[in-house]
Amino acid sequence: MKSILLKIARIGVVTEPARPYSDQELEELGTELRTVIDQRFRRSLAIRQVDAGSCNGCELEIHALNNAFYDLERYGVHFVASPRHADLLLVTGPVSRHMQHALKATYEATPDPKWIIAVGTCAVDGGEFGVSYASLGAIENVIPVDVVIPGCPPTPLTLLRGLLAFLTRREPQPGTTRRVIR
Amino acid sequence: MDVWAPLSDAHRAWVAELREKLQAQGVEIRDDTGSALLPAHLWQVTPQDWERVAREAHRLQARWAGLWLDDLGNGRLCASAALVKHGGVLVLRTHLEPPDLSLPSHAHAFPAADRIERHAADLFGVVFEGHPDPRRWTRHQAWAPDSFPLRKSFPAAGHPTPGTPPDAGYPFLASSSPEVYEIPVGPVHAGIIEPGHFRFLAVGETVLNLEERLGYVHKGVEKIAEGRDPESVARLAGRVSGDSTVAHAWAACMAMEQAVGTVIPLRAFRLRGILSERERIANHLGDIGAICNDVGFPFANYQFSRLREQWLRDNAAWFGHRLLMDLVVPGGVAHDLSETGAQAMRDSLTALRRELDELRPILDSNHSLQDRLVAAGHLSLETARALGCLGYVGRASGFDTDLRRERPYAPYDEVNVPAVVRSEGDVAARLSVRYDELYASLAIIEQLLDRLHPGPVLAELPRAARAAEGIGLVEGWRGEILSYIRFDDNGRVARFYPRDPSVFNWPALEQLVHGNIVPDFPLCNKSVNGSYSGHDL
Repeated sequence: MKSILLKIARIGVVTEPARPYSDQELEELGTELRTVIDQRFRRSLAIRQVDAGSCNGCELEIHALNNAFYDLERYGVHFVASPRHADLLLVTGPVSRHMQHALKATYEATPDPKWIIAVGTCAVDGGEFGVSYASLGAIENVIPVDVVIPGCPPTPLTLLRGLLAFLTRREPQPGTTRRVIR
Repeated sequence: MDVWAPLSDAHRAWVAELREKLQAQGVEIRDDTGSALLPAHLWQVTPQDWERVAREAHRLQARWAGLWLDDLGNGRLCASAALVKHGGVLVLRTHLEPPDLSLPSHAHAFPAADRIERHAADLFGVVFEGHPDPRRWTRHQAWAPDSFPLRKSFPAAGHPTPGTPPDAGYPFLASSSPEVYEIPVGPVHAGIIEPGHFRFLAVGETVLNLEERLGYVHKGVEKIAEGRDPESVARLAGRVSGDSTVAHAWAACMAMEQAVGTVIPLRAFRLRGILSERERIANHLGDIGAICNDVGFPFANYQFSRLREQWLRDNAAWFGHRLLMDLVVPGGVAHDLSETGAQAMRDSLTALRRELDELRPILDSNHSLQDRLVAAGHLSLETARALGCLGYVGRASGFDTDLRRERPYAPYDEVNVPAVVRSEGDVAARLSVRYDELYASLAIIEQLLDRLHPGPVLAELPRAARAAEGIGLVEGWRGEILSYIRFDDNGRVARFYPRDPSVFNWPALEQLVHGNIVPDFPLCNKSVNGSYSGHDL
């Protein structure tokens, strides 16, 4: 036990403020995000991640959002185990035809109001896989999409930027584009 | 220079013995000595002898390492199966002429063949006679049972309907006992993880049976590779399973380089080795933390995800991509390592080793952690061998396969690759093997950095000769990846088959979970960590 405590004390908290990653604006976005989530989502934004057919690269980087460096939960954002608990779906693709029904069912199980973010180049336009006998390509070919975050895969920082940009209803940051489908 | 170390005498003797035994049974073997299917050698046999060879190879303790079909046009199909012994690969090949597109199943001799044959049946329409489980596997409802996407006559776009129905009606094993209840899980899981379906039969908390239903992320990788140029196929290979992007791209590039007879520059080999070991370390770090997290030890998750994140940031700084995507390209590597990068990497290796030294005793001496890991998810040596389990899943059960040691390919011929093998076969052993592999990979990277002399990192890939073919074999972090590539008449790829190690490790999960409690399933699953995408293709 002593060695655990020593290690914890020595490493300390490595969670970084938003500042070192980017500019003044991102720091402001972080503060604003907190404010928006406090006001509009009662201090808590629940995200359900859905892999609709990805190569698992995007999942690795979404996972990284929860590591101590990015610590997404500090903004009041957390990943939930069921779409029924979710405000927002973070969907990676392309949508395989074998996942078409499951993705739609997950979408329908998410209570209104809900938002959909398509994560990764494949989710945006089909990427390397495109549309074929096995793939439907972009997420928006199956469910409505509010925001897209391209990248193969998008880095945790790009994901964070995309999320902040979406929630604060700002114009998109570099590396993200925004498209309101509905 | 040669990519591959010479075949061992043991392998040659094994091949000679197999040939002798088969010829005594009247099996006609035609050697294809002119084939460019290096590093394998190729035997042509008749479809009638297809199974007899497998049975004899099984008696002589070969490992069954994959099967791929190929449509040669006019309805003619070609089937190839890979058998491995003492690091050498023997490819068995036969041709099927319509209307009789059937082949005796290898799955009785080698249970490892079970799902790959079902995959081939779904996509090519070949009937594997005597197969113990004739249910569909990769096919759900996206194409008709009487159409076969990997036949050349099937368009890549397919004939889709607007909505693909869910795969209801798949005949899972059921129990008629009122004591047994079924737990369906997935395809959409609770965590940030790939989709697949698990059907448990449980008595109380104990798992009586687990059946996997995969194929949800089938993206038609093999089909959409057709007609691409080598660069494009390498990019696609790098997305067969995103967590193994280096290893898959390497295997595909190796196959293409073999096919056209190119040997890449020495520095490129060494850089590929460094990239591949960096990929191994990144995945092991993440999974060690995640396994501990699954049994409520978040301290380890905090520490190991921190180490992984630092590792990935270093990847981005030195190679331009956190997960190292698109760095292995046909002819070499796309990004050289600078002198300052190499020095910084050396320093980081020392730092990581120090962290690992400090964390290991904390994990080993934590009783509540060990209580959950030891004896959980036991996989016996016999089962691991029968299923042909690869990588740390096999090695933790005493089934030792490692291409880097068995038949080193460049650059592993010039470094020392320590053997990391255990015999306990439980979750603790799989974790322990991966921990020791971290040290092994650190040492390999150091040795490769020592040999990273200045030089070119990319060679031009000449246009492939008509129907040139090659196979690539790479020891990825999950285990051996086998890639087959055949070119068409125009220097484009006509057939690409990437065999991910997950194909052989997923069935092990069904076995090792027996008798465990349902709440330990995530732990057992994470300790195997099969790729859904790499399996489903």
